Amino acid sequence: MNIIIAGCGNIGTSVLESLVTEGHNVTVIDKDPKIIETASTAFDTMGVVGNAADSDALQEAGIGTCDLFVSVTGSDEFNMLSCYLAKRLGAAHTIARIRAPEYNDHSLTFMRNELELDMSINPEMQSAMELFNILKLPGALNIETFANRRMEMVEIPIKDDIQFTLTELRKKINQDFLICAIERDGNVIIPDGRSVIRKGDRIRLTASPFTIQKLLKHFGIETKQAKNVMIIGASQTSYYLAKMLLNSGHNVKIVERDAEKCLKFSEQLPKAVVINGDGLDQDLLTEEGILSMDSFISLTSSDEENILLSFFALSNCVRKVITTVSRPELASMAENLGLDSIVSPKKLISDILTRYARALDNSKGSNVEKLYKIIDGKAEALEFNVKKDFEGLNLPIKELKLKKNVLIAGIIRGRQGIIPTGDDCFKANDKVIIIAAGIKMNDLSDIFA
Amino acid sequence: MNIKMVLNTVGKILIALGGLMLLPVAVSLIYGEKCVYAFIAAIGISLVLGYALTVLVKPRNTNMYAKEGFAIVTVSWIILSLIGALPFFLSGEVPNYIDAVFETVSGFTTTGASILKDVEALSRGLIFWRSFTHWIGGMGVLVFVMAISPTATDRSLHIMRAEMPGPIVGKLVPKAKETAKILYIIYIVLTLVEVVFLLCGGLSLFDSAVLSFGTAGTGGFSMKASGIAKYSSYVQWVITAFMLIFGVNFNLYFLILIKRFKMAITSSELWVYLCIVLASITLIAANISKEVGYSVSDSIRYSAFQVSSIVTTTGYATADFNLWPTFSKAILVLLMFIGGCAGSTAGGFKVSRVIMLFKSVKKEFGKLLHPRSVSTVKFEGKTLEDNTISGVTNYLAIYMICILLLFVGLSLNGLDFETNATAAITCFNNVGPGLSLVGPFGGFSCFNSFSKVLLSFAMLLGRLEIFPVLLFFTPATWVRTK
Repeated sequence: MNIIIAGCGNIGTSVLESLVTEGHNVTVIDKDPKIIETASTAFDTMGVVGNAADSDALQEAGIGTCDLFVSVTGSDEFNMLSCYLAKRLGAAHTIARIRAPEYNDHSLTFMRNELELDMSINPEMQSAMELFNILKLPGALNIETFANRRMEMVEIPIKDDIQFTLTELRKKINQDFLICAIERDGNVIIPDGRSVIRKGDRIRLTASPFTIQKLLKHFGIETKQAKNVMIIGASQTSYYLAKMLLNSGHNVKIVERDAEKCLKFSEQLPKAVVINGDGLDQDLLTEEGILSMDSFISLTSSDEENILLSFFALSNCVRKVITTVSRPELASMAENLGLDSIVSPKKLISDILTRYARALDNSKGSNVEKLYKIIDGKAEALEFNVKKDFEGLNLPIKELKLKKNVLIAGIIRGRQGIIPTGDDCFKANDKVIIIAAGIKMNDLSDIFA
Repeated sequence: MNIKMVLNTVGKILIALGGLMLLPVAVSLIYGEKCVYAFIAAIGISLVLGYALTVLVKPRNTNMYAKEGFAIVTVSWIILSLIGALPFFLSGEVPNYIDAVFETVSGFTTTGASILKDVEALSRGLIFWRSFTHWIGGMGVLVFVMAISPTATDRSLHIMRAEMPGPIVGKLVPKAKETAKILYIIYIVLTLVEVVFLLCGGLSLFDSAVLSFGTAGTGGFSMKASGIAKYSSYVQWVITAFMLIFGVNFNLYFLILIKRFKMAITSSELWVYLCIVLASITLIAANISKEVGYSVSDSIRYSAFQVSSIVTTTGYATADFNLWPTFSKAILVLLMFIGGCAGSTAGGFKVSRVIMLFKSVKKEFGKLLHPRSVSTVKFEGKTLEDNTISGVTNYLAIYMICILLLFVGLSLNGLDFETNATAAITCFNNVGPGLSLVGPFGGFSCFNSFSKVLLSFAMLLGRLEIFPVLLFFTPATWVRTK
């Protein structure tokens, strides 16, 4: 597929990387020749130096034959304009990054229609939602949701000195759940009944949201919701997150260096406690009661600052510390150093675009409805809709010949989430969750060997 | 330096070389010649080596950066020449291995300089292989492997940059592999068109193919001692036209294919190239018709052919320009330096670099007149970065130094000044013929082995545009990575 990306900054580069890895023909447009030079040597892509809202530059990038145009520059207005032009010049689908809160309220639908945008993406909002999900279940390291939260996938660390095969574990814990991926020493294992879990593993399991709470207790993980949240940095992500937290009755304290930003926040979020001060000032954080906080989120614009702040919070026995890190190399370094909940806005956006491109690629059949890359992109969790003409319809799962490293992790039928056994089968209009390692899944029928 | 990755890629190149050598095998089978055994032995060696390198050397870390690209290209070209020389040597038709290597390097680098005293005595299979190396080397072996290999890595652009001549190497389409494919398709189609034109001129299929390979790669090997002189004037004009066509930047053909005629036609490099050609043809035609006494139509034909042949660094000849007046010879030597357009199969300094140099000199002039003036250098409608310009000036410096050192090295041989000077220029620019002893109907057999090795190295330096080869011999390139 021919894809053009306008703006090759932080988000642009990671989108570029994931789309090139997917095998698409990607062209990037950026004003800075140096950025284009770096991008076109690091990835198999073509670069165009120019202004993406200039029709000449768009023509040079081949807008006439473009299937998907993604504008992810830093400016919302610029993204809207270039997407509008791209559509007029022949791009089949356009996606703009629109992140200012004033555009992301009820006027968004109107604007999207008028500009004929196929999708708008908001990395800040995505990160805020991800953070919010994690705070709801602080014992888990990560949560991915499927089919309007009817099924969830949580990542939990195995801290106890145990050694069970999955069949034994299943007998021991009398709940409906499925362990669908094990991460051990950076490698991914798609397990079967004989696989063993042991201390140091990170497992991912799927279950319905009601059973997850009970399940986690079996694994010795605390399930109390975080009540008191401290956020460092008044960014847009902080705004969206604080709003969600306040609406669900949390206590939120925001620390920000810039007095004007503080003022703006206190206007917009009257219920939050806004502190004007330096987040790196340990004395201030102690004074503001870091010891009594049960979760701590560092959302400043600097990765390094976020990592340092998280360590400080950990040393003050804050129960849940979440670090946002946008540079992938820093993220894995921080993980090795002992920070276990790391949220990367770039990854969220590239997952969304990867899914969108795959769905476009596969015009008939069952499209990918959701896609999460897990364990450093070594495996994927995907959600599909089962169509009426799906070849494995109404056959028991044990009779389907599946590829190696593919696992059916859940079926959602109507409002009910089912953890599948060999006797369950796919019915039309089901939603299915698939875990796959090392396979590019475009269609549900890709699970067959 | 990721040595395993370099070796692994070189292995793939060797397998491709083995495959390419099947074509001359077929030719020698058709003519029932004994050299077929030499080819089979060479194929065996290159497949075994290639297989060993690709299967036994499995790189864990597949990262490639600029220096790996340079190393891959240099190692591949050296090994290709060493193995490509085997058929000549094993068949016993070129008894000296150094001579065989010189001939093969001259083939792959599309130079066309030959040590053979009697070309016509060579068996058909070897003549075919000799010219086929031009065709392979013209567009680049690694570009070819990239086009057919299923697993091109993200960073294969580094290889393309190191192998493709010209100051700026860009892509036509987002994927390196697709770009390589498009370039090769254009190349193959143009070559076939030339073969058809030559067949219409009454040539045999074998002759048409050999001459087309020589033209397409801008090489210059033919199968007659008299070069192109004995062919009809129709054939000479066809070859003249195609030499010029292969000297044009291939990106322009792509632009025409995707119907962006305006961009193709406004290319300043194309116009400067055509102006240089036309001006040289006129000057030489006037000069030789007056001094040598050819008829007007003959002098235009000779001059057009020779100018096209030299400016595109092909090196075919229809007349012995050794006998032409000094003014004409001087223009031809100047054309050897200029060469064809960037992104073509031609060698030389490249027209685009000449344009950039003149523009930057003009800017310096402006600076002297108006010390506070601010100006930018534009080329093909785009502003040139300062480091592109300094890249060109640095290239000029190292290019001149290499030619001068080569000239000094050749002087040890004891031949005359003109022979040494033009041999250095012609080999470095991948042209083929020079003046005096190495003139169009002379040859390089007069040099001793040391000079032949030196010249082979110079041809590689010229084809790969110096830096990849020099970097390869720099110790800092060889710091190991895990």
